Amino acid sequence: MEGTVEKLRLGTDRMYDDLVEVAALLYKKALTDLPSDVRGAVARVRENEEGGARRRLEVMVNAIDTSDRTGIIVCQDTGICVFFVRLGTEFPINGARLTDALRQGVARATTRHDLRSSIVHPVTRENNQDNTGGGIPDVHVEFVDGSDELEVLLVPKGSGSENMSFLKMLSPADGMAGVKRFILESVVEAGPRPCPPTVVGVGLGGTADLCASLAKKAILRPVGEPHPEAEIAALEAEMLEVLNETGIGPQGLGGSTTSFAVHVEYAWTHISMNPVAVNIQCWRGERARATISTDGVVKYGY
Amino acid sequence: MGTDAGRSGQGSDSQGGRPSTVHLAPPLTEGVVRSLHVGDEVWLDGTVWGVRDASLIRLCDEGVRPEADLEGAVFLHTAPSVRREGERYIPVSVGTTTSMRMDRFTRECVADLGVGAIVGKGGLTADSVTHLADHGGVYLAITGGAASPETLQVEEIEEVVWEDLMPECMWKFRVRDFGPLFVSIDSHGNSTYQEVQDRAAANLKSAYARLGL
Repeated sequence: MEGTVEKLRLGTDRMYDDLVEVAALLYKKALTDLPSDVRGAVARVRENEEGGARRRLEVMVNAIDTSDRTGIIVCQDTGICVFFVRLGTEFPINGARLTDALRQGVARATTRHDLRSSIVHPVTRENNQDNTGGGIPDVHVEFVDGSDELEVLLVPKGSGSENMSFLKMLSPADGMAGVKRFILESVVEAGPRPCPPTVVGVGLGGTADLCASLAKKAILRPVGEPHPEAEIAALEAEMLEVLNETGIGPQGLGGSTTSFAVHVEYAWTHISMNPVAVNIQCWRGERARATISTDGVVKYGY
Repeated sequence: MGTDAGRSGQGSDSQGGRPSTVHLAPPLTEGVVRSLHVGDEVWLDGTVWGVRDASLIRLCDEGVRPEADLEGAVFLHTAPSVRREGERYIPVSVGTTTSMRMDRFTRECVADLGVGAIVGKGGLTADSVTHLADHGGVYLAITGGAASPETLQVEEIEEVVWEDLMPECMWKFRVRDFGPLFVSIDSHGNSTYQEVQDRAAANLKSAYARLGL
C-alpha cells in the first residue's frame, strides 16, 4: 500500500528504503497533481482565449480538477523519468545508493498504480514493464557547497513534447539573430505536436550536450518566472511575444497563446561555437519535488 | 438516443452557418461524415476502437483482420493503462497519442476498412486530408494531455483483440458523452491544422521583421 514518508531514517540503512518510497510518491504526485504555477497559467489563458481555443482550455481545467478529485493521472503518457538532484555537501548520503533508490521508486510506483510502462530498449524495444531500463531514470546531480539539504525534483517528461527537441551548432557569425530565428522555426515546426500551450526551454552556449541539457533545465523553472539576469529576461519576453504572434494556439488549432513562457539558461561557450537548443514542455508541465533537511524531515512541493 | 436534435444521428448541417455541436453514435454513415465541417464539435456514444502503431501495422501492413465489422467505425489513437480483474480489463488511464506517427495508415483505414472517423491529437498530413476527402472520413481532435476526463468517459472495455500486442492491442471501448471532439480535418478537403500552419508560416515573416532579422 501507498505510504507517506514524512521523515527519513537518516544514519541507518533504512534511509534508502525511505528514499525509494519518496521517489515513488514523487512519481505519482507529478502525474496527478499539477504545479500551482501551471494551474495559474492555464486558468489565466482560458480567460484570454475565445471560441474553440477556449473550449480546449476548459478541457484542460476539467482534466486538472478530475485528477484532483479521482487520483487518475492527468495524461496517459507516464513519461520518461528525469531526476534533478541538488545535494548539499553537508547532507550525509551515499550518492550511488540514492541513484539506485530513485530507480526503485519509479518501478514501485509503476507496479502500485498500474502505470503504463513507457520505457523500452532502443534497438530491441524490450520493455521491463516498470518504467526503468539502462540509463533510465536519468539522474542529474548538482552539488551545493555548504548546504545541509537534499532536494529531489522529478520530471516525467512526455514523449509528445520531448520528441519536439532541437539542437543546432550555429556559427558565431550567425549571432543572436541566428539564435532567435532557430527558436522561432523550431516552435513553428513543432506546431500542434508538443500539446501547446507550451513552455519553451532554450539552452544557449556550452557544448552540444550541455546546451541540450540547459534547454531541459530551463523548463524546470516555475512557469513564467523570469531569468534573474535582466538581459536574459528581456530575451525571454521578446521571444514569447513573437512566438504567440504565430497564432499556432492551444493544441495547434489556432489561438493567441502558443506558449505560456520562454525560459532561457546559458553557459559560456567556445570562441568558434554558438550552440542553441530547444526543449519544449507540454501544457501540463508535470514536476514534483521533495526537500529533505538534516533532521530527515521531508517537504513535498513542485 | 437523447433529446437534443443532434442526437438524431443525422450529423450537423453547418455549411455556411455557425459551427454546430452534435452527438453521434457509431457506426457513422458516409452521409453523417459528409455533413461534418471543420469547427464542428462532436460527442460520441457507443463503440470506439483504440488503435496504435503496433495494431495498425498488423491490420494494414500484415493484412490481418479482426472479426469485427469496421464499416463506419471510429478509431482512437491510444494505448491505455489498464488493470486486469479476472477476465476483464478495467481502464486506469485512456488518453490520446500523437496521430502523426500513424499517418501512413490513413488511406487503408478509410479506403479498405471503411473507417468513418479517426480521433487523435496533432493532426495528419496533406496526404491524409486527400484520403479522408476521397473516401468519406473525418479527423476529430481531442484535447491532448487531458486523459483523466477521457478515462471517465469510457464506460467499459468490451473486447481486446490481439492481447499479444499489449498495450497496443485493438481495444473495443464503450463510451458515453465522449468529447468534446473538434472536427479539424473534414471530408471536404479542409484542415484546421493546415490553415494554422500556413498562417504561422506567414506570421513568421512579420516576426522576423519585428526582431530585425
